[in-house]
Amino acid sequence: MKRPLRVYAILYLAFLYAPIALLPLFAFNDGTVIAFPLRGFTWEWFRQLAEIPALHAAVLNSLTIALSSAALATCLGILAARAATRFAFPGKKGIMGLIMLPLVLPEIIVAVSLLVVLLQLGLSLGAWTVILGHVLICTPFSIAILNSAFQSLDLSLEEAAIDLGETRWSSFRLITLPLVMPGIISSLLISFTISLDEFIIAFFLTGTEPTLPVYLWGQLRFPQKIPVVMALGTILVVASVILLTIAEYFRRRGAARTGQADTGGFL
Amino acid sequence: MKDTLGVTRPIITLDNVEKYYGDYYALRGITAEINQGEFFSLLGPSGCGKTTLLRTIAGFEEPSSGRVTIDGKDMAGVPANVRPTNMVFQSYAIFPHLTVAQNVGFGLRREPLTRKEKERKVVEALEMVGLKGFGARAAHALSGGQRQRVALARALILEPKVLLLDEPLSALDKKMREQMQMELRRLQRQVGITFILVTHDQEEALIMSDRIAVMFEGQIAQLDTPQVLYRRPVSRQVGEFIGVMNFLPAKATVGPDTHIEVEAAGLGRAVIGADQLPGGWHPGQTQSVGIRPETMSILFEGETTDRRVATGIVEDRAYYGDMTYYEVRLDGVEKPMTISMKNLVGRPVLERGSQARVAWDARSLVLFA
Repeated sequence: MKRPLRVYAILYLAFLYAPIALLPLFAFNDGTVIAFPLRGFTWEWFRQLAEIPALHAAVLNSLTIALSSAALATCLGILAARAATRFAFPGKKGIMGLIMLPLVLPEIIVAVSLLVVLLQLGLSLGAWTVILGHVLICTPFSIAILNSAFQSLDLSLEEAAIDLGETRWSSFRLITLPLVMPGIISSLLISFTISLDEFIIAFFLTGTEPTLPVYLWGQLRFPQKIPVVMALGTILVVASVILLTIAEYFRRRGAARTGQADTGGFL
Repeated sequence: MKDTLGVTRPIITLDNVEKYYGDYYALRGITAEINQGEFFSLLGPSGCGKTTLLRTIAGFEEPSSGRVTIDGKDMAGVPANVRPTNMVFQSYAIFPHLTVAQNVGFGLRREPLTRKEKERKVVEALEMVGLKGFGARAAHALSGGQRQRVALARALILEPKVLLLDEPLSALDKKMREQMQMELRRLQRQVGITFILVTHDQEEALIMSDRIAVMFEGQIAQLDTPQVLYRRPVSRQVGEFIGVMNFLPAKATVGPDTHIEVEAAGLGRAVIGADQLPGGWHPGQTQSVGIRPETMSILFEGETTDRRVATGIVEDRAYYGDMTYYEVRLDGVEKPMTISMKNLVGRPVLERGSQARVAWDARSLVLFA
């Protein structure tokens, strides 16, 4: 019983991650054809990355979008999480459900409907429309993270600060904000990562300036450029892993700081 | 505290304070004066409105109608952060990301003091609550009792006119709670600040308070000193809530010589004083009479008394070491009553089913409408 389960688990993980392992393998392979046997080690593809202006524009575009989306989604997340954990208001469950809906809604549907609405309104596509879409899909993640951060707060902490002479705002700033800061950082990093990697919405809403994933997809039409794409993919994977690790570190630190047991968390 | 004329001065005046949420009344017609320098308790079962009243005084709730006056100033529209009150929360609300010293000194942030003066105040406050040298510790690593002390020091450092305590001892174990009761009392005498304590523990209220307001369903049922509350509760509800009280069906009449006579089931006739009657009493009303367990005693073999004696049967007993609590059913009464006896040297513990002679005193009877 135990053995087949272990084999299954190993196969499962291999299926999930082996393709990703192929990325760095071919990124450093000295040959334009993606096939075994490997031809030898080279930095060539990474060097070529540095010489493509269109790529640089796409990276810059993606960074702008990811930073803006992360900041906006986290701000909205803070407001929603505070409302959800502190106050009772009519229709609370329904409203929270609607906000969380994009988590399970197929992205293609979100993308198409957004595109239709934007075009009907006669608005031109650009970085801001992608930001709009990304805020929509990042906010549920942000709320999920921040909800648990706010939930672990004793409601009388802010009252105690007010009782000791602080205003509503300063007690939020001095007490609540530092205590949920790990959650905020974690939300920023995860939203940033989601936005940076996101393809479907970006593809539909990006207009003439592609984001990095959209640019990458465009390059796949040229077989000789595939090793360069592999090199870029390698960098993206490494960057994502680093960001998510930092996010998880902050989430755990937040849990430790308020003295609660770690419940496994979001990641 | 008395002023030069020897008159007690109210520090808080509650004038017909009401609080309702929709059609649910949390507070109704609360009128009371709390004196400067006294240890005042709000006592009642959960949901009686005592915490709502405390939060109304603190400024976290606005009364729906009525007036709260603190130190002569109407508190209408005055937010909690500028009221001359400080609070010790039930959860203590210790800021987990700050050190003990930062917690205690938190309220000094806006005070026009130098850093040196603030540090000195924090050290003094910590000393006062017995936490000397704890300043640099992380707040989240403290024990329950230590958190309680930090919360006290933090609230007292601002020298409030009134300190509000919301069930501060309920999270502590029994030993710790008893110790903190004495310490709180000592601290209150030392600083001379008015303390208002919310509690559901009648024993705690009796031990600590100068005066107690007993609350039921948003109203003050009785407001008096612990001794009066215990000896002369105004209603069965108050009598039952504070300590143990036995109730017997009774009828009171005015005798030929204008003495008030009560006829209580199982005890017989007795003459009582006017102070033992309920307010608004009129002769002939159907009533009950209350009597405390320790005001009666069981006469053991050979003992005699010049007090009144009733007879009954021991239905049950509970042995507590220092005391034995007997459930005695008096002849002609259905419900057994509790009688407590000290376990003095040479005194036996009666078995179930024994005959018992019960000595009692007419002065310990309280009549209820």
